Amino acid sequence: MDLFNIPLPAILSQLVVGLINGSFYALLSLGLAIIFGLLNIINFAHGAQYMLGAFAAWFGLQYLGINYWVALLVAPLAVGAFGMLLERTMLSRLYREDHLYGLLLTFGLALIIEGLFVQGFGVSGNPYATPEALRGPVNLGFMMLPKYRLWVIVVSVVVCIACWLVIERTKLGAYLRAGTENPRLLQAFGVNVPLMITLTYGFGVALAALAGVLAAPIFQVSPKMGSDLIIVVFAVVVIGGMGSILGSIVTGLGLGVIEGATKVVWPEASNTVIFVIMAIVLLVRPAGLFGKEK
Amino acid sequence: MHFARTLAATAVTVALTAGAAAHAAISDDAVKIGILTDLSGTYSDLAGPGVVVAAEMAIADVGGKVAGKPVVLLKADHQNKADIAANKAREWGDVEKVDAYVDLVTTSTALAVMEIAKQNQKVVLISGAGSSRITNEDCNPTTVHWTYDTYALAKGTGSAVVKEGGKTWFFLTADYAFGQNLQKDVAAVVEANGGKVLGAVKHPFPASDFSSFILQAQASGAQVIGLANAGSDTTNAIKAANEFGVVQGGQKLAGLLVFISDVHSLGLPVAQGLTLTTGFYWDYDDKTREWSKRFFDKTGKMPTMVQAGVYSSLMHYFKAIEATGSDDGPTVVKKMKETPVEDFFARNGKIREDGRMVHDMYLAEVKKPAESKAPWDYYKILRVIPGDEAYLPLAESKCPLVKKS
Repeated sequence: MDLFNIPLPAILSQLVVGLINGSFYALLSLGLAIIFGLLNIINFAHGAQYMLGAFAAWFGLQYLGINYWVALLVAPLAVGAFGMLLERTMLSRLYREDHLYGLLLTFGLALIIEGLFVQGFGVSGNPYATPEALRGPVNLGFMMLPKYRLWVIVVSVVVCIACWLVIERTKLGAYLRAGTENPRLLQAFGVNVPLMITLTYGFGVALAALAGVLAAPIFQVSPKMGSDLIIVVFAVVVIGGMGSILGSIVTGLGLGVIEGATKVVWPEASNTVIFVIMAIVLLVRPAGLFGKEK
Repeated sequence: MHFARTLAATAVTVALTAGAAAHAAISDDAVKIGILTDLSGTYSDLAGPGVVVAAEMAIADVGGKVAGKPVVLLKADHQNKADIAANKAREWGDVEKVDAYVDLVTTSTALAVMEIAKQNQKVVLISGAGSSRITNEDCNPTTVHWTYDTYALAKGTGSAVVKEGGKTWFFLTADYAFGQNLQKDVAAVVEANGGKVLGAVKHPFPASDFSSFILQAQASGAQVIGLANAGSDTTNAIKAANEFGVVQGGQKLAGLLVFISDVHSLGLPVAQGLTLTTGFYWDYDDKTREWSKRFFDKTGKMPTMVQAGVYSSLMHYFKAIEATGSDDGPTVVKKMKETPVEDFFARNGKIREDGRMVHDMYLAEVKKPAESKAPWDYYKILRVIPGDEAYLPLAESKCPLVKKS
């Protein structure tokens, strides 16, 4: 069975590969959505924080003998802590200002962090070996998929669903959502809102770092890895609807698949297709597919 | 009386000629070199700050002076964008009175700056950019293309792989001037040697995820997957190919432009077995080792061919200024073309009328981890490709500067 003269197995395998990229988009846009929802900050440093996650894993393996599995936990914690430091010392001063200031600050931070890493490590990056247990391919019938790629999809889907459940179904999530709606009222009920904001930012950053660790064995661990990705991820967030948790997960995965399909049909357009979709969505539904008009 | 008049006339003539010579001498009392390169992007490891170090070494080695005038070095990051390169080149030409534009990694920036040099007659010493168009249909009188070009890469790697039995090809091509040019040159070599091109995919530049393109290449059933790209695009493609088991599946990868910085960043376990063509390898002989060790002491890295090429081209340029006593573009380039190039970098080098510096190229294979005895011990030189065989024969040139008999 052929579709557009392309054999079905080829289409299926491209869709699977698209899903892998979609997993990264989903994880990253989820972090952005959580941060934007509560802090009203457009976190442009997200790409740099993703890169920091990958570098933390690489440092760990290279100098401290920390293996992949430990790095999967430790790197997000370390980078998340760094994020909280940024939030306390800098971002927290901007909550009363316009969105634009947060965007400029985080964009500046991203440039500085990236610049320092280019200075220190060069742009070519460093290789990070795939962990022993995840080497080799799995036979999916229509394609041989490297085990590690399958692992990325699984981890990302599990983490995304867990985040969504926590935010939508638990008391902690209820606090978060209440904080998004009306932080002053929530504080009046005795909730420590500033602490909650700091932790939320740290969590969003940790998600970016987790995506970074997941990406380390697939791509070169290089200072530019985040800036290549971040613009696409912002488009994903805009399409999904700013601040919508479910929207960012679904659009992240969906757009990965659409991008994958474009790479087969018209490869030259594969880095623009997402922006074309963004333009259309903005025209038809300015608040995004899952966003609410305010 | 008659004698006195003759004497006076001679004196006047001598004075005038001397005046003219002084005028043709070094303009603005300095030789200004402007490095335009990628200082922070995808190509900054293969060119970038290392190119600046190489240029500084060249200036230090002539004692900071040429023809009695100081050498001044300017540098700017063209970010691989043709418009930025062109604006900077124009500004440098008009305001800073730069005498030579150096390096220009990324073909699109090189072509843009050559367009400006056509008007202001400045020297362009290209090392980083690769397209064979630079000295073919787009050649210009003051441009010298030093290190390598897509034709030589195609000739070296392309014909070697076809001779080993790689008859059917599929290309992953960076979607801009250089990639397309490289694919075209390699395809011509493949077909001339009895091979066949089954297909190609143009990927965005730069791209990070190559898995989709690798799958398409696998599905094509071609024996050889040709990577018509450079820098991080090449390394990411090789990594993806490794992960998706391209080699185990019986296909061969041909990196059409691989720099030693790429091999270093991939590591030998992933890069081993790649066949590649290079214009320079640090561990070729005593002369290359000596210069490269000096470079290493300053940067902590062994030089890429682009960086070594910048040093070599500048030394040749300085020699020509010294010999002519002038930094006028056409005069200096004329002298450069008359003088053979023989140094640690170039063997049997000469600059042809089209601006191509023809020199021996090397066909190399990346060593297995077990064969590598020391850090940066990466290549086995399989064959020295004589310059006249490596580069486009003048008889086939479309360059208007080439006089056809």
